[in-house]
Amino acid sequence: MSGSKTIDKPILEVERLNKSFGGITALDGVSFEVESGTLTGLIGPNGAGKSTTFNAIGGILKPDSGSIRFDGEDVTGESPDRIARKGLVRTFQISREFQNMTVIENMMIAPTGQRGESVLQSITPRLRNDVSEQEEEIFEQAWEMLELFDIDHLALENAGALSGGQRKLLELARTLMLNPEMLLLDEPFAGVNPTLEKTLIDRIETLRNEGRTFVLVEHDMNVIMNHCDRVIVMHQGDTLLTGTPEEIQSEERVIDAYLGGNVA
Amino acid sequence: MSVQEGPVTSRLPDSLTSYWKNDLVKIGATLAVVYLLYLITGLLLGYGLTGQLNSLRRLTFLIVLYSIGALVVNLHWGYSGLFNIGVVGFMAVGVYVTTILTRPVVGQNPTGTLPGLGLPLPIAIVGGVLAAAIVGYVAALPSLRLRDDYFAIVTLAFAEIIRITAKASELQKFTVFGMTIGTGGGRGIRTYPNPINQFFDGIGAPIVNAVSGTIDPRIVTGWTFILALAIILICILWIMNRLVKSPFGRVLKGIRDDEEATSALAKNTGSFKIHSFMIGCGLLGFLGIIWQGSQGYISPSLFVPQLTFFIWIPVIIGGAGSNNGSIIGSIIFVGTIYLGPGYLRRLIEKFVSHSGRATNFPDALGALAGGDISGILLYTLNQTSALRIILTGVLLIWLLKRRPNGLFGNRREMASSIDVESRVRDRQATDARTGGEE
Repeated sequence: MSGSKTIDKPILEVERLNKSFGGITALDGVSFEVESGTLTGLIGPNGAGKSTTFNAIGGILKPDSGSIRFDGEDVTGESPDRIARKGLVRTFQISREFQNMTVIENMMIAPTGQRGESVLQSITPRLRNDVSEQEEEIFEQAWEMLELFDIDHLALENAGALSGGQRKLLELARTLMLNPEMLLLDEPFAGVNPTLEKTLIDRIETLRNEGRTFVLVEHDMNVIMNHCDRVIVMHQGDTLLTGTPEEIQSEERVIDAYLGGNVA
Repeated sequence: MSVQEGPVTSRLPDSLTSYWKNDLVKIGATLAVVYLLYLITGLLLGYGLTGQLNSLRRLTFLIVLYSIGALVVNLHWGYSGLFNIGVVGFMAVGVYVTTILTRPVVGQNPTGTLPGLGLPLPIAIVGGVLAAAIVGYVAALPSLRLRDDYFAIVTLAFAEIIRITAKASELQKFTVFGMTIGTGGGRGIRTYPNPINQFFDGIGAPIVNAVSGTIDPRIVTGWTFILALAIILICILWIMNRLVKSPFGRVLKGIRDDEEATSALAKNTGSFKIHSFMIGCGLLGFLGIIWQGSQGYISPSLFVPQLTFFIWIPVIIGGAGSNNGSIIGSIIFVGTIYLGPGYLRRLIEKFVSHSGRATNFPDALGALAGGDISGILLYTLNQTSALRIILTGVLLIWLLKRRPNGLFGNRREMASSIDVESRVRDRQATDARTGGEE
């Protein structure tokens, strides 16, 4: 770990995460901090443990040891839905859209605090009107987001019929419906065409400038170097180093890691 | 994009096609066809008015009850991805608890019958439904940790545990907290009187007397009960439709498609699954109360796994995820697979010579060797329950090849309390007019 400067306002603090599956060590002491309101890139060769780290932070995997603090609060081992409700939301490397639901339903499922998620509210005649009122709002919100991501023409398609890139868009759009404070995006641009990728990055930068925090797993070095405020490099289940893109670029060890060498 | 045009649509004139798109019309038409078939069969068999009404009563009775069961399976499997193959277990809990609650207390019970707690029927029904829902809760707890197929095994095991418990001789009659109750063990237990029969025996008696000249009074009570059941079915369908066309239903569909992704969207998936499961189990308890309970006598042998699988078939026919499909599936299942073989046998017995009647397989084979096929035909048709299973297999294979999603399975039913589809179409039409500019 060689952070070049200390972080003033860490929103996410990951400390010495360990996780092994059988005899295979997936995470071996991962530690890093993410500053609030930044766009941080998480890079590393395949199998470095990037997705596993996301799974541990998102609550799908319970780390064997170590701690995760979000917004000053210990969230280690919490359930995924509780972590998401605190404002820390993640996307998946392989998009996990709801295949047998339409695109618009995929969007409308996301917002929190939906009155109609209560059985009684949904079936009781008078209370159901409140549900419908909120549904109108949610629909508007979903439609705006679909337009923004330029997939509004697909609103009535089953999500399972979408192309790989469109699924990525849908997943990111759906995640934003939660209005999260912090997003962990696992390869959000894989399969997305360059024009749209640029739109998405612009969108992410706008949101960042509004104070939201992003961590991005990405293999495209141009994205990392040109758009990230900080970069975390992972290798063999551990954080190799963190720093600004410039600092990372000049590090021999990063290149060695990517070329599969043994890094001290 | 649009609703799949079925083969029926293509064969109908345009004016009818628009009607056919309405589900109620589809249900009505399917029901009408099945009724007509049974009326014709009744005519061929020489049934009188009473015979016809009785035959249709039994048909309708089973259609309504299978529909309720199928709606629950559809809620569990079609919407929530919960593979419940313990349907009968929850029905048994409902009807057994209600029965025990209503049986007269010790001393007031007729000799030779089991005592109970002597509660009025409405309270006992609530008790039965709640008991089924609570057992559902207990069964659903492991579902928080288990994947679909393992959960299925848990439900099947639960149903068997319940059936075997009801059969246990230790529980046939026992005293707890000074109250003597019992399940009747393998011998079964007498249930509660049907309130509709009681009505016609009491204040409703003049109605029966008025018609007794023309039709059998039992037809009146029987059909009144059917009417009551149909109203119950409509209420349950109404509730189910509201339940699934809501944000609640939307989350259930999300869980069905990808539970992990749903929880990543801040949904407490466990709570949704338990809610869905308990509601369904409560309704199954109610189904047991109005089905087996209305027959006057229950025993553990009524609650074998086969009934669970029969209740599943309408959902597979109709297509998981469609309430109306489940009802059409029930009409088709009861009309053809369930009751069909029996009627077919009676028809053939009436019109084919009885000479070849064979009571066992070797005799039937012998007749066949002698060039008489009626023996093997009649023998086969006599095996009603085996035929049901064979027909089920044939139908399932046909469905898997032709319509793997069931008749209604590839349809889009939007889970929202508002009409999202037409709103989207409006927006898309506006966008198209303005050339996609925003």
